[in-house]
Amino acid sequence: METIGKSIIRKEALDKVTGKAKYTGDYQSSSMLHAKMVISPYAHAKIKSINIQNAWKVQGVRGIVTGQQVPLVGEAIQDRPILAQDKVRYHGEPLAVVVADDPILAKRAADLIAIDYELLPVVNSPSEAIKPDTILVHEHLDCYKRAKHITPIPGTNIASRFKIRKGNMDKGWRESNVIVEDSYSFTPSDHAAIETRCSIVEIRSDESIIVSSSSQAPYMIKQLMSMYFGIDMGKVIVNTPLVGGGYGGKAAVQLELIAYLASKAVGGRKVKLENTREEDIITSPCHIGLDAKVKLGCSKDGFIKAAEILYLFDGGAYSDKGIDLSRAAAVDCTGPYHIENIWCDSFCMYTNHPYASPYRGFSHSELLFAFERTVDLLAEKLQMDPFELRYKNAILPGHTTPTQTKLNHSNIGNLRACIDRAKELSNWDEGQMVEVDKRFVRVKGASCIWKTSTIPSNASSGVIITFNKDGTLNLMSGVVEIGTGTKTILAQILAEYLKMNVDHIFVRMDVDTQTTPEHWKTVGSRGTFMAGRAVLEAADDTILQLKSVASCVLRTSIDDLIVANSRVFLRDDPTVGLGFEELAYGYTFENGNSIGGQIIGRGNYILRNITPLNPETGAGNPGPEWTVGAQVVEVEYDRRDYTYKLIKATSVIDIGKVLNEKAARGQVTGAMSMGLGFAARETFRLDQLGRVLNHQLRTYRPIHFGEHPEYAVGFIETPQLDAPYGARGVGEHGILGMPAALGNCLSLASGVSLHQLPLTPELIWREREGKSDLI
Amino acid sequence: MGLASITLQINGENRVVAIREADTLLFVLREKLGLTGSKPGCLNGDCGACTVNLDGWPMKSCLILAVETAGHYILTIEGLKNTRIQEAFVEEFAFQCGYCTSGFIMNGYSLSQLYPHAHSTQIQEWFESNICRCTGYEEIEKAIRRVLNENNNL
Amino acid sequence: MISFDFDYYKPDSIDEAVTLFRSLSSMGKKPMYYAGGTEIITLGRLNLLYTNAVIDLKGISECNILAHNSDTLTIGASLTLAQLGMNHYFPLLANISKEIADHTSRLKITVGGNICGNIFYREAVLPFLLTDSQVLIAGKNGLQKNPINNVFCKTMQLENGEFIVQLQTQSKYIESPFVSIKRRQQWNVGYPLITVNSIKVENQIRVAIAGLCPFPFRSLKMESMLNRKELSTEEKVELAIQHLPQPILNDVEGSDEYRIFVLKNTLLDVVETLEGAGA
Ligand SMILES: Cc1cc2nc3c(=O)[nH]c(=O)nc-3n(C[C@H](O)[C@H](O)[C@H](O)COP(=O)(O)OP(=O)(O)OC[C@H]3O[C@@H](n4cnc5c(N)ncnc54)[C@H](O)[C@@H]3O)c2cc1C
Ligand code: FES
Ligand code: FES
Repeated sequence: METIGKSIIRKEALDKVTGKAKYTGDYQSSSMLHAKMVISPYAHAKIKSINIQNAWKVQGVRGIVTGQQVPLVGEAIQDRPILAQDKVRYHGEPLAVVVADDPILAKRAADLIAIDYELLPVVNSPSEAIKPDTILVHEHLDCYKRAKHITPIPGTNIASRFKIRKGNMDKGWRESNVIVEDSYSFTPSDHAAIETRCSIVEIRSDESIIVSSSSQAPYMIKQLMSMYFGIDMGKVIVNTPLVGGGYGGKAAVQLELIAYLASKAVGGRKVKLENTREEDIITSPCHIGLDAKVKLGCSKDGFIKAAEILYLFDGGAYSDKGIDLSRAAAVDCTGPYHIENIWCDSFCMYTNHPYASPYRGFSHSELLFAFERTVDLLAEKLQMDPFELRYKNAILPGHTTPTQTKLNHSNIGNLRACIDRAKELSNWDEGQMVEVDKRFVRVKGASCIWKTSTIPSNASSGVIITFNKDGTLNLMSGVVEIGTGTKTILAQILAEYLKMNVDHIFVRMDVDTQTTPEHWKTVGSRGTFMAGRAVLEAADDTILQLKSVASCVLRTSIDDLIVANSRVFLRDDPTVGLGFEELAYGYTFENGNSIGGQIIGRGNYILRNITPLNPETGAGNPGPEWTVGAQVVEVEYDRRDYTYKLIKATSVIDIGKVLNEKAARGQVTGAMSMGLGFAARETFRLDQLGRVLNHQLRTYRPIHFGEHPEYAVGFIETPQLDAPYGARGVGEHGILGMPAALGNCLSLASGVSLHQLPLTPELIWREREGKSDLI
Repeated sequence: MGLASITLQINGENRVVAIREADTLLFVLREKLGLTGSKPGCLNGDCGACTVNLDGWPMKSCLILAVETAGHYILTIEGLKNTRIQEAFVEEFAFQCGYCTSGFIMNGYSLSQLYPHAHSTQIQEWFESNICRCTGYEEIEKAIRRVLNENNNL
Repeated sequence: MISFDFDYYKPDSIDEAVTLFRSLSSMGKKPMYYAGGTEIITLGRLNLLYTNAVIDLKGISECNILAHNSDTLTIGASLTLAQLGMNHYFPLLANISKEIADHTSRLKITVGGNICGNIFYREAVLPFLLTDSQVLIAGKNGLQKNPINNVFCKTMQLENGEFIVQLQTQSKYIESPFVSIKRRQQWNVGYPLITVNSIKVENQIRVAIAGLCPFPFRSLKMESMLNRKELSTEEKVELAIQHLPQPILNDVEGSDEYRIFVLKNTLLDVVETLEGAGA
């Protein structure tokens, strides 16, 4: 292959190293007004009064909106007022927004809004939330509009419950000689994209809404705004320039709605609303927390016979995407193993925490922490090598998933090959624990991973190809460039298929929902798969059009024509042919007569055979394929201080086909880094009132330069037959097993079983010294 | 809001700009001068996305008032043209979303200019001032080492 | 982005700065000395601090001095932590300076600002407490030199309108054996969990600690325990820990109990390292 697999430099690279790359917040104009939110200092409180008089006195204030008449919004359940009404349900919840001539005046005025609260007791964890007679986050759950199949339980804090019932649990336990059971928990945390979320909204005189937003889901913004505000869909136009990191956090729709209210309050003038870092961490949706219980049974020789699982997700104050997240966790509730008897309940719970949005891996790194830690407990009890146990139980073609989906050679990757390679790369066979000296040991821990993307059965992706008169091509797709380099990969796919130079393909980086064909959402590692298929279809369409014009000119059947090197030519005599530049805008004969006209290629892809899940058993087909992998984390552990240093992190992923070598490695190492951050250090430190105490990057610390381990990355290539060149999704998978692998590693190192995240030295110390919980 | 007019030397140009004395350099660069290559990641000195050069040294432009910079030479990412560090970042795939990139490049540019033969601990010391959330830092490390190694071979 | 306005002054001399402060105050203003400005900018942005006139000390030559003669090192209060990090004359100070914040921020943060800041770590003060340094303070009565251990008690005890011009340290202390250990929650840069600095003078160990309490301190009581020759290292540390000032921090960086655990191990390392050392 010419282009596929090569490390083609991303198309927007030059802009990104010269400061010319434009992100939402970089756009400004003199006509623009600026908005500033007022956010709640409390996690749960009645709003007794909001006094905006003093704010109005600030010169240059043009509008103030409070939560009085705003609609309720939310993706699965419409439970969230755009600005808080009557009460606030999380620390950071927006209550009001001020619009002023410049950001300084807006902030000044916002600071002058006086709010009187009456504190309410808080629901501070999902386990607390599910207790009978507990405080309710939403008193009127039954009054909310909601999507079909979503069944919140009024009078409780349960936003949703998904069930997996596979096989026969009694039989499973009967066949089990060895049983382990344990609980796990971690509080919510954050995506911490370096670009904070930002939206610019303007309302035209014909009511059309022009939105610019740092979003992974511009088409969702369009759909939801149309629905929430009752505006024709064609009148909502969303523009998304480059996005400075998403990781799922920018798949939720929030600031856009607030900015819309702000614009409306000032007669539709253009209003910019940009999160500060503090707001981005607590006000905008965060990374979900979890309380989990896992019970596993296996035979003497280590075959897992039964799994009973309870996931209580900390959806936070509003359900939004938390419901989908808890559904996805049910779908892949076990990790990549062949288990015949499975019982799982996955709940999305309301709490008084910031609410959740997707996070890289879509609840899989979370559930895998609980599940894969338990697998290690099982290995320990069996006195079996953790990888051996995983290898034995590896899910294979012919087996079924928890959703009872039948697997074949295409829709599941090769886990055993991943395990073998991961053992090699991590030097597993030297032993999990190697003594350095009396104080220090080097220790390894493992985890296996899997994931399918549970996206709606009718999600689709479209692509348009146009030509320039010199015969070069323009590629337009609704995929948002969030850093994954997907648009460059789409160009590679197109170049490969048309057998042309990738430099002659220009990619439109921005997305504009009015003119760019829709790509459902840039999430779930589905960009390459879906948009890639659409590219192939658009390429076929283009080829056909090129050939049909060429066949007239060359007086031949289109069957005898070949397209390559930006030319259409005769199969048996490549010298006889026409360049794209002669065909793309119509072919003109010597006498001036012309035929053809502009060539516009179009392509589309819709996932096939996806079905909803049976509400009682979870049976169905949730996604197109499962990517699998195996990971290892190695640390040097200090037995005196309980501190450790990350030495090496290994990932082997069955990627189907490597499309861009360096880009793929970068996606995996980047995801590993994020996963290690989540595993080792990132969490919201909450006080008893449910307030987030560390909402700055000085106290919420992603991994910095030099704190990263050495990375080892390997790829297995088991093609997925439906995918372009067989490629499976890879944007997320590096993250998935990091918390579990680190947890397994440190549990072994410290000699105490660790069940919480993040895995800080203090946690290990507390477990070792038997101290009770901190706060 | 009282505005004062000051002259800033930015990227080799003298720019006259009306500012509040409480305005940070980052704010003035972005909001008043249209130099949006320096990014507001935290406004708190924590992320390094706003890093520029001041008299050759890296400086977080969110931690300095614009008035303080009068009489000093400011270089922003927009003032860098075809430098080795920029090329090396492209060659090594040292960014994904690109939002942290200006900051890393400005920091690395300073380092390679002031200490063309900087050693590992120095790279470490300088670069831990910046956060990249997309990459695992491997490529960034390669890019800066590549530039410094080339210097060593001169 | 700071939403309130302030005027910016950059006096050239100590006198001018002091006079300016006084006249601005008498006009009903709320002036504030400004050095690195990192704290004024970042806390100001969050309305955790207010001023309407800042007086930048970086234009005063006395504040920018770094002078070294046979028995004294003089450090201007406006020198940055990055400059001190590169200063080989005072290795302990260089060492701790290089651990505060991050390299780029250190190019802006000043030693005076760190010692006088609201953010309670104030780690740069530790070496000065240990070395019985002198502080040169400018105020309405002109310049006054005071032992830092008299004027730094949790915070720098300054009258309204006073500022630190310089810090002076005797060479004999600078050359003493030292240990500087900064322990963080789980990372290599940024705020401490606890920081322990220690030197050995005339065979006596001195310790100063930041991050343990909401203020940095040097404790003579702890020192006397650590110097009880008849005891084992463990016993010394155990005793020293019984004389900690209160309260012990219990916050996002770590609990109070955990901090004590870390402190114990750190003190063990300190004592072990220094006991073997000369001087
Ligand atoms: C990214 C980052 C990380 C940080 N990490 C740490 C850390 O690990 N450890 C730590 O200790 N701190 C840390 N800090 C806090 C930092 O210490 C303070 O922001 C800094 O010390 C303030 O110094 P400055 O020179 O900028 O002071 P300024 O902001 O100018 O002033 C701070 C205060 O001191 C007063 N002041 C300044 N100079 C004088 C003087 N000469 N005489 C009298 N009063 C004066 C000012 O009036 C003001 O009240 C960090 C800060 C940042 C930005
Ligand atoms: S914006 Fe300046 S350091 Fe983050
Ligand atoms: S490339 Fe996205 S933060 Fe560094």
